[in-house]
Amino acid sequence: MSGNMNLTLKVWRQKDEKSKGKIVDYQVKGISPDMSFLEMFDVLNEDIIKKGETPIAFDHDCREGICGSCSMHINGRPHGPKSGITTCQLHMRSFKDGDTIVVEPWRAAAFPVLKDLVVDRSAFDRIIQSGGFISVNTGEAPDANAIPIPKKYADEAFDAATCIGCGACVAACKNSSAMLFVSAKISQLALLPQGEAEAKQRVESMIDQMNEEGFGACSNTGACTAECPKEISQVNIARLNREYISAKLTSDNV
Amino acid sequence: MNWFVKTFSGSIGRKLLMALTGLFLCTFLVIHLIGNLQLLKTDGGEAFNHYAKFMTSNPLIKTVSYLLYTSILAHAVFALLLTIANRKARPQGYTVVNNQSSWSSRNMGILGTIVLAFIVFHMKDFWAEYHFEDLPMYTLQDGTVVKDLYLEVMNAFKSGIYVALYVVCMGAIGFHLWHGFESGFQTLGLNHKKYTPFIKTTGKVFSVAISIAFAIIPLTVYFFRQ
Repeated sequence: MSGNMNLTLKVWRQKDEKSKGKIVDYQVKGISPDMSFLEMFDVLNEDIIKKGETPIAFDHDCREGICGSCSMHINGRPHGPKSGITTCQLHMRSFKDGDTIVVEPWRAAAFPVLKDLVVDRSAFDRIIQSGGFISVNTGEAPDANAIPIPKKYADEAFDAATCIGCGACVAACKNSSAMLFVSAKISQLALLPQGEAEAKQRVESMIDQMNEEGFGACSNTGACTAECPKEISQVNIARLNREYISAKLTSDNV
Repeated sequence: MNWFVKTFSGSIGRKLLMALTGLFLCTFLVIHLIGNLQLLKTDGGEAFNHYAKFMTSNPLIKTVSYLLYTSILAHAVFALLLTIANRKARPQGYTVVNNQSSWSSRNMGILGTIVLAFIVFHMKDFWAEYHFEDLPMYTLQDGTVVKDLYLEVMNAFKSGIYVALYVVCMGAIGFHLWHGFESGFQTLGLNHKKYTPFIKTTGKVFSVAISIAFAIIPLTVYFFRQ
């Protein structure tokens, strides 16, 4: 087909968590510009399987930009060269015929590489488990508008809640800091009355867990927001700092 | 663990100390600059020597100066601790990095190290000499005899290499402040559409103004006063 591309891929291959990995070169031919980046990987993997080799392991699930599992560091940027999208939403028209594309896994001590491009992001789950929730009695669902919330706050909380926990913020940050992720998970509750009761305990626990997981500190470089597929703002990190400082000054945890 | 120790062992607590000491050091830069600008007066050193005497004898200034030394040390020590922890957070790097953040924001550690080295040599050259060595004396208009720090500075600024290094270090301070000023407020949690644009503009103007104003003094002395 005319307009199709031939590309050189340099992909990180690593047998398992313990093995030492390395970059391996692959040639892919006849790639349509309309393919997504993951579809291009499917084509490459079929070639690899036909040769009798082990296909490249990579995370993917919904392929529509909401699950947050496709975690590829492409040509030096999480989720590739375009802003505000995940790897599955990246199309091959963003590249040119003959391009060399380097694909690596997220790099962070808290995100160990399990195989090839697959990293273990359960550190994020443990942060959420430490306090990123509200405690409610189970039973009948409460009426949707029982607690009036100004639209402005509902919108801001929703913007924070669009975080899909993909880990691009950690991958982009020179310190592998998880502050943008934690700030989104704090903000979505801090802005709403339902989150208020447990606010102090929540922020202290989540930050303790964040530090324990081995994420770095926030240097306010803004690399995270630039790469976030949901464009979560730095304003959330300032809110997290405020929540943390005020909790430290007033909470009962001595 | 005690809550206080725990707070300042964590990343946000440490960053908080960086922000507070950093912003305090910004106010010091302004005071120091006002003093240094006295060097540009062609009064044989009267104004500058008067300033030097005031800074070393006024009890309030002396008290604040100890807070200042502590802040410089704390800023450097916590920066080192944070940098070590940050390095540990990414044991294996990428082969290709195309970071979308500003150069100065990613190189605060290198810039800060240059500034720290400058402060050490700067204190050896002027602070230590003034305090512990015999210098030529100068008689102020009110009759007080003081060490002639003005003459020391003028002598130092006769060296082209010294002036060049001084100017380079002022550039490093400028880049450090370019990110550090606004970053300090963000760390304190102060980010709001009411005042954040003002803080950001002030930070940029402050960093450029401070570095140029400090650098202009040795350049003027070297090129026009000898």
